[in-house]
Amino acid sequence: MISLSINGKTRKADASPDTPLLWVLRDSLHLTGTKFGCGIAQCGACTVHLDGQPVRSCSTPVSAAAGKKVTTIEGIGATRAGKAVQAAWISHDVPQCGYCQSGQIMSASALLASNRAPSDADIDAAMSGNVCRCGTYNQIRAAIKDAAAGAKGA
Amino acid sequence: MRAKPMNASRREFLRTSAMAGGGLVIGFTLPGAARLAQGAGKEARMSAYLRIAPSNDITVVCGLSEMGQGVHTAIPMLVAEELDADWSRVRVEQAGVDQAFANPIFGMQATGGSTSVRGHWEPMRKAGATARAMLIAAAAQTWKADAADCRTERGMVFHKSGRKLSYGQLAEKAAKLAPPKDVKLKDPTQFNLLGKSGTKRLDSAAKSTGRAKFGLDVYLPGMLTAVIAYPPVPGGKAASVNDAKAKAVPGVRQVVQIPSGVAVLADGYWPAKLGRDALEIQWDHGANATLSSEGISKMLSAGAAAGGAVGRNEGDAKAATPAKKIEAEYEAPYLSHSCMEPLNCTAWVREGEVEIWAGTQSQGPAQGILAQVAGVAPGKVKINTMYLGGGFGRRFAPDPVVNATVLSKLSGKPVKLVYSREDDTRGYFYRPASVTRMTGGLDAAGRATLFTASVASPSIMEGSHFMKLPPDGVDEFGVEGVRDCPYDIPNLRVEYSRQEPGGIQVWFWRSVGHSQNSFFLESFIDELAHAAGKDPFEFRRSLLGKQPRSRGALELAAEKAGWDKPLPAGVHRGIAVVFSFGSWCAQVAEVSVGADGTPKVHRVVAAVDCGMTVNPDIVKRQIESAIVYGLTAALYGKITFKDGRVEQSNFHDYRMLRMSEMPKVEVHIVPSKEAPGGIGEPGTPPIAPAVANAIFAATGKRIRKLPLLG
Repeated sequence: MISLSINGKTRKADASPDTPLLWVLRDSLHLTGTKFGCGIAQCGACTVHLDGQPVRSCSTPVSAAAGKKVTTIEGIGATRAGKAVQAAWISHDVPQCGYCQSGQIMSASALLASNRAPSDADIDAAMSGNVCRCGTYNQIRAAIKDAAAGAKGA
Repeated sequence: MRAKPMNASRREFLRTSAMAGGGLVIGFTLPGAARLAQGAGKEARMSAYLRIAPSNDITVVCGLSEMGQGVHTAIPMLVAEELDADWSRVRVEQAGVDQAFANPIFGMQATGGSTSVRGHWEPMRKAGATARAMLIAAAAQTWKADAADCRTERGMVFHKSGRKLSYGQLAEKAAKLAPPKDVKLKDPTQFNLLGKSGTKRLDSAAKSTGRAKFGLDVYLPGMLTAVIAYPPVPGGKAASVNDAKAKAVPGVRQVVQIPSGVAVLADGYWPAKLGRDALEIQWDHGANATLSSEGISKMLSAGAAAGGAVGRNEGDAKAATPAKKIEAEYEAPYLSHSCMEPLNCTAWVREGEVEIWAGTQSQGPAQGILAQVAGVAPGKVKINTMYLGGGFGRRFAPDPVVNATVLSKLSGKPVKLVYSREDDTRGYFYRPASVTRMTGGLDAAGRATLFTASVASPSIMEGSHFMKLPPDGVDEFGVEGVRDCPYDIPNLRVEYSRQEPGGIQVWFWRSVGHSQNSFFLESFIDELAHAAGKDPFEFRRSLLGKQPRSRGALELAAEKAGWDKPLPAGVHRGIAVVFSFGSWCAQVAEVSVGADGTPKVHRVVAAVDCGMTVNPDIVKRQIESAIVYGLTAALYGKITFKDGRVEQSNFHDYRMLRMSEMPKVEVHIVPSKEAPGGIGEPGTPPIAPAVANAIFAATGKRIRKLPLLG
């Protein structure tokens, strides 16, 4: 039994230590907002935060999350950056199919938490690990800038 | 140790399911409108499509699948417009499977072919207008007034005396009235919602918070998760299986052989995957173990050179003697759809009934197929359509729903079948490869007088198993985009040669035949323009005199892109225009080419004439989305074969366009009062030729084989 701190709550899961965090979140805890896309850290759909840092949960063994604060899409709205990003996503109608957007929002929230006014180059660097097959990149960029402007004003 | 031997009835069942899995079986009987969506609580059910609650909340029931294209917003808008609903109270609910939700264009419930708005533009508006008439009648009865003295606005019925009642107050009474047979629809000048910017999608909040439920998000009590070891060569099968190590993996419950491969069923995806990794399988590769992309190219090229069935023949192309003649061979590869959400389906076969949860584009066909697979009546197949994490045509195919149902029936448990990304990439149902040989001729004045195209490709019609090649032998998807060449050229001939390399299952891929044929035609027309010494925009324009909507889209794209204005040093333009799925789309791509030959697309300006729009914001996003889909394929997309095996596996070797490569995109809509055209697909075909034509403008190098980055 592994004990994890997820979105501020202690959760227990029966999984071997080398099971990817993604499958513990999804199959054991049914936190389905974190998505499976590629399994090899190539698409970013599974992005979560460990102590505020974005990681690809498909390639992170659950043992690496022990003792750290795990934040998922279900909990990111409780952070200032996450709340601003989600609001901007909704106001820009960013999602199309929506499947990658949990991961996009987790990457964008991590970016804004460390950089209050990201440049286009900063956005490229932070977001190019997240694939969107619907091609919403321009809307993602616009929403990040909006969220940044909102967070600055806050 | 071998996988458990099968008894006779199981073999029979698998034989049937193999047949069903190999092809969509049609001719099955769908139930009538018996199981319509039921109203919940005290909501009044106005029709299969609409419920109204006393709280004034309005629920539109949508039979179409939401895969990003916005149909869960567009369908409610159509209903709400004619209902005069208060849009802020409108919600959407996914319908089950029922003939009441048959797509009028297909005759069965399915989403694809950019048909949703085209097919439902009138029926869904009628559903709204009918309910509105019933609400007015209920108000008139209540007031003992004349319905002609009533009007509606934002969810209320008003009488000329000043009395008013909300739809929520009237719905229970209205739902008991007979629906009027004929209702008058609004003139487009009266629209409040349709065609106007600013109506937000209904699914953005769910999709921005992780709440939206996709197929992979389904968890049932007692459910097993399955992954399948598929034969690595098309048409192969497992000759022997040693599953001892797989069964020793903690969490693995069962290993079973099915026609599609060897399935491992476990307590979750991770043990299922580890179990599969531990399988020891000797494969019988069958007839295709030497399949290679080089061989496929040669086969297609020979087919194109030989020619085939005649799909269009005007003037006398064989006798034409142009002053200048050019000839070229073009090629496009197989492509995977690569939806962000790997393919999956959860199925639960119970006594005499089947229930599935899936992001599927084809509820109607799936119902018939699964009835055969499980041996139940079609009416006993229940389909829960989840959000689709991308569809692009791939989720029209039956393989995940069939195999999940087979595995649930065999195991007696609910089973979620999951494709790994590698399974998804290597799972066939590809956009067919094609080689096309074209000739073009110019007269002494540089006017086009001759165009011929000889296409060689696998047949999607035959591969679909629900269509057949027509008597003329021309696969409509093989030639679409080149057979319907819009240019006014007097001698024009298109031929099609069906070639089927190595049992590779082909399928519908966003924009289907247009995806490669528009690259061929629009690149070759560019070659002709240059051979004539003419500007590529002006050359096209001069040949579109009889195609005002093609020309209109072309002119708008050129105007908005500033076709005649200078660009920054090193940046060059290419242009293309394509008619597909009832809409005309022209694009101008601005491209620079690096010293190493790598193109960078800076900006794409698109113009689309799709008739009247439902939601112009979503229209623009769909065109942009389709451009990214087409650009990704144009730059990187190829599925290749070596020794019978697919060489690509995941996003590191089947590359996707990323944020840092994303061009600016502008989309302009041609104002129109014409009937709506499709919008999910028409943005894809023009981008590959527009970029390739820009690369030619930049470098003088004509690229005739996709992908552009080899």
